[in-house]
Amino acid sequence: MKHIPVKLAALVAISVAASVLAARSENLAVRNCTWCHGAAAQGYTPAPRLAGQKPQYIENQLVSLRAHRRNNPFSKQNMWGAAGGLSPQAVHDLAVYFSSLTPRAADDGDHELAAAGQSIYQTGIPDANIAACVACHGPNAEGAGMIPRIGGLAYTYLKRRLEQWGEGYHPTAQPPMPRVATKLSRDQIEALASYLSFVK
Amino acid sequence: MLLPSAAVAFALSATGHAAGMDKPVLHTGSFDAKIEYCQDCHGPSGQGYRGFYPIPRLAGQQTEYFENQLHAFVERRRPNNIMANVAHVLSPAMITHLASRFHSMNPAPLGGGPRQLIAAGRKVFEDGVPDANVAACAACHGPDALGRGQIPRLAGQLYPYLLKELTNWSLERGQNPAHPDTSFIMAPVAHSLTRSEIEAVAAYLSNLK
Repeated sequence: MKHIPVKLAALVAISVAASVLAARSENLAVRNCTWCHGAAAQGYTPAPRLAGQKPQYIENQLVSLRAHRRNNPFSKQNMWGAAGGLSPQAVHDLAVYFSSLTPRAADDGDHELAAAGQSIYQTGIPDANIAACVACHGPNAEGAGMIPRIGGLAYTYLKRRLEQWGEGYHPTAQPPMPRVATKLSRDQIEALASYLSFVK
Repeated sequence: MLLPSAAVAFALSATGHAAGMDKPVLHTGSFDAKIEYCQDCHGPSGQGYRGFYPIPRLAGQQTEYFENQLHAFVERRRPNNIMANVAHVLSPAMITHLASRFHSMNPAPLGGGPRQLIAAGRKVFEDGVPDANVAACAACHGPDALGRGQIPRLAGQLYPYLLKELTNWSLERGQNPAHPDTSFIMAPVAHSLTRSEIEAVAAYLSNLK
């Protein structure tokens, strides 16, 4: 009897190691993602960086793409099909895998706008009732739980995503983002997207 | 109890408020935009939100406490850059109206505290910790943790927020020697509670309706 738990533990250890290895080696599902998101998953315009993204956020996005709730034009064109056939286990495994990769900053914003963007990010604009991004996304824009890491994403991706909230996309999204982003002006969006693109 | 009375007096004088009216006059559009702004972070029903930082529940909060905290941010009694900037642009009339609106909200608690700690937490809340000379929380916060005057409602407050406040009390409250406030009352309590007692009482309160 004494040996059974030991054998079980060994079996569990082997199967855990095997599943980790399987997730890390380049399997077909990962290859399908990296065609567009970049070989190191660092993003490739207009496909966002996945490396270092919060796993719960990746899972939520894949589920909402499968359900056609994330409905901006590129999502519709590229991701509805790609996410459509993924099993819940595959969604989970992909989220764990991509979140484990080290992210690199896109560094592609306008340097002259970065200071203005940083100010909006850190303190918001209380007079205009614009919330401080830092409260939810964190001091280094690293995200938390289902709240995405937005530091170091590409300028064009950030800009379009921020614009799309005000254009009526993602109508079923949970508060607070639809309303927070809808209040931002074009200049404010460009400043924020610039600042965030440089955040490491 | 001096601070809130002073704040209300200031609110009345600054807005040219006529005696006998309940509240200073405020433009409806600007109030609606402002409360939406508060709700962007504190939740659509003021139930709080788990952002990178825990964002506290404001629903059902005592108006006197609510107003005093907004002044505490401006006066740096509570060091918090985000809230200092938010509070800095609020007129006294706006503060009074926001306090009253949030006080009237009553959503279910967000929960999140470990349920297995609730019984132990309830004991701390109702009986205190006699061995550590910690008074019953209920003595000041009320049997249902609804608070009174300058003493806050704790019922339904976010678990991680309660943990953060109780473990950081001496770094987060009463930080401006030029403006002493009532937060000193909590300091010995917060210091005397052990980590596991803090977790238990926070779990109890975070699930309390």
